[in-house]
Amino acid sequence: MDGEVNIDFSNKMVEMKNIVKKYGDFVANDDISIKVHKGEIHALLGENGAGKSTLMNILYGLHQPTSGEIYINGEKIQENSPALSIEKGIGMVHQHFMLIPNFTVSENIILGMEPVRKWNQLDINKAKNDVSEISNKYGLRVDPNYKVQDISVGMQQRVEILKALYRGAEILILDEPTAVLTPQEINELIIIMKNLTKQGKSIILITHKLKEIKDAADFCTIIRKGKMIDTVNVKKVTSDELASKMVGREVSFEVEKKLQAPGNSVLKVSKLSAMNNRGIPALRELDLEVRSGEILGIAGIEGNGQSELVEVLTGLRKALSGSIKINGEEILNEIPKKIMKSGVSNIPEDRQRRGLVLDFSIAENIVLQNYEREPFSKTFVLNEQAIKSFSKELIKKFDIRPTNENIKVKALSGGNQQKVIIAREVTNDPDLLIATQPTRGLDVGAIEYVHKSLVNQRDKGKAVLLISLELDEIMSISDRIAVIYEGKIVDILDIAEANEDKLGLLMAGGKK
Amino acid sequence: MSRGKRFKGKMLDLILNKDLKLTLISIALGLITGGMILLVAGFNPFSAYQLMFLGMLGSSRNIAWTVVQSTPLILTGLSVAFAFRTGLFNIGVEGQFIIGALAAAMAGYLLNLPAILHIPITIIAGMLAAGLWAAIAGFLKAKFGVHEVIATIMLNWIALYLNNYFLEFDFFRRPSSESSHRIQESASIAIGWLRDIVGPAVRVNWGIGIAILTVIVISFILKRTTLGFQLRAVGYNRDAAEYGGINVNRNIVLSMAIAGILGGMGGALHVMGVSRQVSVLATMEGFGFNGIAVALIGNNTPIGVLFSAFLFGGISYGGRNMQNIGVPTEIISIVIGAIVFYIGSYRLLDIVLKKSKRSKGRNIE
Amino acid sequence: MINNIALIISITLMYSTPLIFAALGGVMSEKSGVINIGLEGMMTIGAFAGAAAGVLTGNPWAAFCIAGIAGGIFGLIHALASVTLYANQVVSGIAINFIGPGIALFLSRIIFEGATMTPLIPLENKMPRPFNNLFTLLNNRLPEPLNNFFARNSVMDLIFNQYITVYMAFVLVAIVWFVLYKTKTGLRIRAVGEHPKASDTLGVNVYKIRYFCVIISGVLAGFGGASLSLAIVSTFRATLVSGQGFIALAAVIFGKWKPQGALIACLIFGLATGLRIYLGGATVGLDISENLLSMLPYIITLIALVGFVGKSVAPGSLGIPYEKED
Repeated sequence: MDGEVNIDFSNKMVEMKNIVKKYGDFVANDDISIKVHKGEIHALLGENGAGKSTLMNILYGLHQPTSGEIYINGEKIQENSPALSIEKGIGMVHQHFMLIPNFTVSENIILGMEPVRKWNQLDINKAKNDVSEISNKYGLRVDPNYKVQDISVGMQQRVEILKALYRGAEILILDEPTAVLTPQEINELIIIMKNLTKQGKSIILITHKLKEIKDAADFCTIIRKGKMIDTVNVKKVTSDELASKMVGREVSFEVEKKLQAPGNSVLKVSKLSAMNNRGIPALRELDLEVRSGEILGIAGIEGNGQSELVEVLTGLRKALSGSIKINGEEILNEIPKKIMKSGVSNIPEDRQRRGLVLDFSIAENIVLQNYEREPFSKTFVLNEQAIKSFSKELIKKFDIRPTNENIKVKALSGGNQQKVIIAREVTNDPDLLIATQPTRGLDVGAIEYVHKSLVNQRDKGKAVLLISLELDEIMSISDRIAVIYEGKIVDILDIAEANEDKLGLLMAGGKK
Repeated sequence: MSRGKRFKGKMLDLILNKDLKLTLISIALGLITGGMILLVAGFNPFSAYQLMFLGMLGSSRNIAWTVVQSTPLILTGLSVAFAFRTGLFNIGVEGQFIIGALAAAMAGYLLNLPAILHIPITIIAGMLAAGLWAAIAGFLKAKFGVHEVIATIMLNWIALYLNNYFLEFDFFRRPSSESSHRIQESASIAIGWLRDIVGPAVRVNWGIGIAILTVIVISFILKRTTLGFQLRAVGYNRDAAEYGGINVNRNIVLSMAIAGILGGMGGALHVMGVSRQVSVLATMEGFGFNGIAVALIGNNTPIGVLFSAFLFGGISYGGRNMQNIGVPTEIISIVIGAIVFYIGSYRLLDIVLKKSKRSKGRNIE
Repeated sequence: MINNIALIISITLMYSTPLIFAALGGVMSEKSGVINIGLEGMMTIGAFAGAAAGVLTGNPWAAFCIAGIAGGIFGLIHALASVTLYANQVVSGIAINFIGPGIALFLSRIIFEGATMTPLIPLENKMPRPFNNLFTLLNNRLPEPLNNFFARNSVMDLIFNQYITVYMAFVLVAIVWFVLYKTKTGLRIRAVGEHPKASDTLGVNVYKIRYFCVIISGVLAGFGGASLSLAIVSTFRATLVSGQGFIALAAVIFGKWKPQGALIACLIFGLATGLRIYLGGATVGLDISENLLSMLPYIITLIALVGFVGKSVAPGSLGIPYEKED
């Protein structure tokens, strides 16, 4: 109840009335209205693609609405721009941090509002002092001298919040702020948010996580497919009610899985060490085993060696030492093609960068790894007929839309792009399927689809290695959960004994 | 709208896809820009352009010259376009042309073979030498991460001085001249009987046939072969190609080498069909740099390059005719530059077309 | 011996100067995220405008400024394409490399009655050697052993009695460095080049900064061209620039996109040219082909490029047009 105590209902900080935003024929925001009062934490709930970020980018002045009105502090805003909304007291923390990696913390914070001496010179000392001052005032610990590329994700987020506060923000927009944090860090963030509202700030929290809303928000506006569904007092609704409003139907986040005993070892990693791109050890004598018929989830905070592990497993990064065995066969530092042949398939982390050639057609992406094999080619000449009929078959089997195999994949939605990758990788009939962040940016329907496909592989007796930053995802489909911290597996828990607190502690480097 | 009209409209849409439409509008805008400059400079743009078109196509002699001028541009343009498709910018085609010409001139003069062997060997000499030359840049990029633009700029100048260096030697240099010995008759691809028809000064040759054949082969390689598949995958998305098991570094070297082979073929055909010799170069001749413009105007497709090379060759040759009314011939490079400029600035054309249609599938959230 | 070294240094400075101007232009443009492969065309138009204005006005400073303005106009064209019209920046640069020399020669033929070479600029109307009078004054007026210290072709004369453009180039390196790394504007320029969207969200005007940088880039390249046609030689001709814009571009990359780095790269290139001229000169009498020596600068640059590895130094969003969503 303590949250609502801070709200000053006589003081409307933000009011957006009948906002409509169209991109050609596509309506991203269809007549949405919200109100946020002083001291309020207002959640915007909706699936990926529902139009939450669009609405907030309009409030922040990054996009112009097709129609509708915006009032900040009672004043009507015309011709909005980031510069204007900053001036009016709005600050935004974007989901993908807007930080310049090779700039220092203080340079990032002061950019656009730099303290200067004569000749336009940067007053870097004043900058550092100012940063220290507000970071102390709001309890947001940062080191002004560090380069952003060298600090933790949690600290990067604090830098983002400080950027807004440095500009005198009264209204903070936080876009999916917890996506990259541990459960403990999330709790810390909620405390920071409540602290800020006590000091009279208002917060708009964009999220698709119900738990956070229940824990932090006072009011919640639900958006579905661009339409506003409802604004509710969070205290007066249950999580299930919120969920069904968000998705538009009853949803169950449980994934059905039949009980089965795992078989023999498919992947065995021992004492694996590797560097990251900057030449710092990323994997430090890591041990891991995945057996057939099980899903092993790897939980951990971003940057603890997950990406490097996948890259070494798939042959894209050279390991320094150790061993990787697939069905007993050593594949350490082999080329990607050889590893693929020994039975490893991979749903990569960044589907647009690694998984797909966006300018290739669906068909070309489907044979991306097999184009050199018969029947897709013979003596260097592609057999377009064979590629076409094979693609048609998979498009049907995996329900990829649109169904025309000649369409470039860049025209597909995120969910359908992921289906193309899954179709390709699963059809290779691997012994080991690696999936990294396989549901990032997908809507609920697509998430269910991906999870089912993974469980399906497991049920068929394949070994599945799932790497995700979303703890919920790991916990909902894994059989065992390994926690990675600073390049090592620090513990492996059976799903029955795992819970958020235990995992969170391990992810943050704490002992069991 | 009647059914027939709608059908016609659709057919037109099919033929004039968006890229082609933009290209044609760019060409028109380029000509208009040039025309305005002519107007400001006090010339009548209509009579100037009329002279230009007459110079291009006004007589069988002019048509022959246009074709002869276009032949090396088809190959240098193809070279740039091919590398572009693999994500590489081959600014080094100028040097590859020089090396190809040099090697062909040597093989054409020093060897004594029957034509049936001499001609292919001379072409192949030019192709191989330039292929290896370009592969240096590919190797430096793959192995050391040296940007191919910088490496090929350097290689262009080294090629130029290498050409001049070989012309210091008596075995190659024609006495008291700035040029090499002429190639043997057995290495020539001139078409004698046609020259009798269009005029003895016009160096009509079989190069155009070989160039068109090469366009077809390259088109086939890119579209229909596993090699083309790999190269295109690397060009569009290096990371995904690597993930798919494609050896990216090997493809970079290979792509540069093939681009070099094409550029070298251009140089070889030029020597075998037109110049019959190589000469001391004071500065770049521009066959390669013009090839970059040809590739851009041709939208980096083999067929596009073919037409664009004819356009470029025609404007360059026919444009000289404008001198008759005192127009400086440099208007040609202004027009070409303007066309390239408009092609690059696709958004301008969108505005011109009043179709600022937003692409679907963009990220909203 | 010492005189020979001084001679090499002298040639090095002379040949580096146009490159330094243009490379600084490249640094400015590319730091803000816009590739400028059009330096060559901008130098050419600058060289022509400088020479033509030099002939017509007789005032080298006015001519030098006009060269900058001409280069700046081409910078503006490049900015229009690559910033406002989201053009492919390489394509736009290539276009400029056709249009720049095209316009230069076109105008030359119109203004100078069909000639592709401007008339020679008399010595007194070239860019001055600021210390020339001082050196003349001091020569033979000082007591022994300083008597010949300032004589023609003495070490002092060779190294320090340069055209003013040489000194200007060095001063400009310091200025560009100061602006980029010590001022508010510089912070914004670098921010825009690394992450335009982040800069935009903080109210930094990405378009304005990029326009500013690309136009300045053209001005500097124009100065570079003028330092050829108003100082090193005293005329403009079609082959004057021939590739130096591209060398300057290489220097930008070789110098890791830093003004001081670009300076060093230009000096290395100038030194290689100096060595070529020295070794090829009659005084040394080395029996090496001039053509082989001419390759030297390019080969050295290639080797130097292989020697340093590190790809992550380019500005983060170099070459990517910033499209503001609406």
